[in-house]
Amino acid sequence: MADQKASTSIEAVQSGLAAQGYIASRQIATAVYLSQQIEKPILVEGPAGVGKTELAKAIAAWRGMKMIRLQCYEGLDEAKALYEWKYAKQLLYTQILKDKLGEVLGGAQTLHAALNQLHDFGDVFFSKEFVEPRPLLQALEQPGGCVLLIDEIDKSDAEFESLLLEILSDFQVTIPELGTVSAITPPTVILTSNSERDLGDALKRRCLHLHIGFPEQRLEERIVESRVPGISQTLRRQMVGFIHEIRSLDLKKLPSVSETIDWARVLVLLQASELDTDIVKDTLNVLLKYEADIEAASPQVTTFIAKAARSNVFG
Amino acid sequence: MRENLHRFFRAARGVGVHVSPAESIDAMRAVKQVGFSDRAILRDSLLLTLAKSQDEKLALGDCFDLFFSQPEPPQDQPEASSENASQDADPPPSSAAAAETGEGQPPQELGPLAQMLLSQDRNAIAAAIASASGAASLSDIRYSTQRGIFSSRILDAMGLQRLRDDLDQLTATNPALAERLRAALDALREAVRDTVSQGLALYAREEAENLRNEILRNAPLARIERRQVAEMRALIRQIARRLRERYSKPRKRQRRGHLDVRRTLRRNAAWGGVPFLTAWKRKHRDRPKIVALCDVSGSVAQVSDFFLLLIHSLHEVVDDVRSFAFSSHLIEVSEILEKNSPEEAMAEIMSKVGFGSSDYGSSLVDFEKEFMSTLTPQTTVIVLGDARSNNLDPRADILRRISERSKRLVWLNPEGRLAWGFGDSEMPRYATFCTVVRQCATAQQLERAVSDIVATYQ
Repeated sequence: MADQKASTSIEAVQSGLAAQGYIASRQIATAVYLSQQIEKPILVEGPAGVGKTELAKAIAAWRGMKMIRLQCYEGLDEAKALYEWKYAKQLLYTQILKDKLGEVLGGAQTLHAALNQLHDFGDVFFSKEFVEPRPLLQALEQPGGCVLLIDEIDKSDAEFESLLLEILSDFQVTIPELGTVSAITPPTVILTSNSERDLGDALKRRCLHLHIGFPEQRLEERIVESRVPGISQTLRRQMVGFIHEIRSLDLKKLPSVSETIDWARVLVLLQASELDTDIVKDTLNVLLKYEADIEAASPQVTTFIAKAARSNVFG
Repeated sequence: MRENLHRFFRAARGVGVHVSPAESIDAMRAVKQVGFSDRAILRDSLLLTLAKSQDEKLALGDCFDLFFSQPEPPQDQPEASSENASQDADPPPSSAAAAETGEGQPPQELGPLAQMLLSQDRNAIAAAIASASGAASLSDIRYSTQRGIFSSRILDAMGLQRLRDDLDQLTATNPALAERLRAALDALREAVRDTVSQGLALYAREEAENLRNEILRNAPLARIERRQVAEMRALIRQIARRLRERYSKPRKRQRRGHLDVRRTLRRNAAWGGVPFLTAWKRKHRDRPKIVALCDVSGSVAQVSDFFLLLIHSLHEVVDDVRSFAFSSHLIEVSEILEKNSPEEAMAEIMSKVGFGSSDYGSSLVDFEKEFMSTLTPQTTVIVLGDARSNNLDPRADILRRISERSKRLVWLNPEGRLAWGFGDSEMPRYATFCTVVRQCATAQQLERAVSDIVATYQ
């Protein structure tokens, strides 16, 4: 049955990503599976540091494909994202071919005839050789397909979004001088966004929308387990429990998964066997990135540790 | 099942998720891939393809749960079991197993609905309700007043008429069976009512909301009831979003057309002036700078409240807003509005300058003394008030100076045109110096007024 196949394939995606050290929730795995099946890009939103970019890397590593990354920023335009003409090369060639041109046009008596002869040679200078492919065009030209990561799309201008629409829906770009370039193998496209601004409906419509939030405790424990193998089980549970308590506070920037992993590494380095108030207070700056946040959290440290330890007993 | 998905899309639109045809096609394709067997995966797939923001995901998730939860089957458990029990206990004393053996004929003669009810086949009944609600096009339900008519339509479609005939006949021949059937019919009615309520919750939300918003949009702001204030705020936020979307983009569209010769030459200096790269002239567009003067006395206060809320939520479109509130004297309130929630801000403003009798003259004097320098030739000044100055000196000369210093002077008056100039209204004297004077009593008029102001900067 098709249904059976679907659920097993989603599990396969999950285990495939897990093998690359990316522990995916079922929702993420479903998104990856669907994007492959119906050939749609995935738009990943969520707070910073929950593994949006990592997801693209993991997919590329799992499928053994090349990953092409386009980092978006304000002012990014098609010359940097799509293609550019190699002006210097064009100029050089015109200089070198000057004599040749003289030969070609030698037979022409009038200016008009010379022009006609030139037309016969076509637009040699606007051919494939003079196109410098940028990430988007590169992605379309990969024979074996690739993973195209368009990172932080919300940082780019609204105009750039419109430029992407053609690629996202049809996997092709139109270069006026050359015509339409279609993808040899449609790339797997992942767009990430931190929701700094609202993206246009046209862009959203063309994508599967995946929101990655902070993971559940179980899942986060597994993530830490796969990323920081040296950590003991008790410590892992305690620290993840502690971080979940921290996330319930009103902070400027909540610690996300990347901070959890950093903190786990730090704790392993400091050879902590379990959480206590001193070590947490000393290392709180790994988790929290604002002075005000640290001040807000530090009075709560002891209670949070106790809570995390208690939930550990029951869990 | 495709039918069901279509109904689900309509329900999704009802909860405010924008499902375009393209998205519904995507959803269909996704569902074709994952199938219906695993509900969690189906839910994930629909959320992925249809919802495009976190809010939409939440709404759609709830909608999914409601949609795919089956309404109560006709006979709920305790009733059914008690009836079974009574049936098990009864046969010996009563008419010797009326239903089973002796009178095998009567049930055969009954209509299909009666047989279904008597056999207590829940699945069959649920399926019959579902198909009958399809036939009665339950998804067209719009208002809660339509509940009765849809219930009866569904029951008719299920064959209520035949069931009534059967009942009449049975009452004569087999009272016990008739009793059972009647109980089953009551349960069926209840189930149908639940189905209709569910349908109403699913499909009617959009329409009801539109209707309510439409009424609210045209209600005089000064007289809306307390309980509607929160809804009004939501509506104002919606208006702000719409204005933002409309005006934040074209502003960026810079006029291209003329070649900028100087910049082109400079850019191509490296190639000996051969223009490989061209530069075009651009026209810089201003963002509006707004100075708002709001009367906060009595009847005008609520309108000013919504107006300030609207202006301050437009910060993506409007560069610079400074707001002033006055009744008998004038203070600047920009900071209060930016730092607090709307309710707190308004309370604070009212405690500072509110509730006085309005004195336009002295308020204008206050403005000229302290804040005249905020006006630049790019500024639009908006005055919101009824221009009723309690027969005090209106100081229209200051308004003239304000008008001269600024780009535009717009006066928004919550009163109707008829009332201008009557009693202590100084509107006609002020109107001479205003670029535009317009009535502004409802949310719709407010939207138009602000939209016009922003549009002049495009």
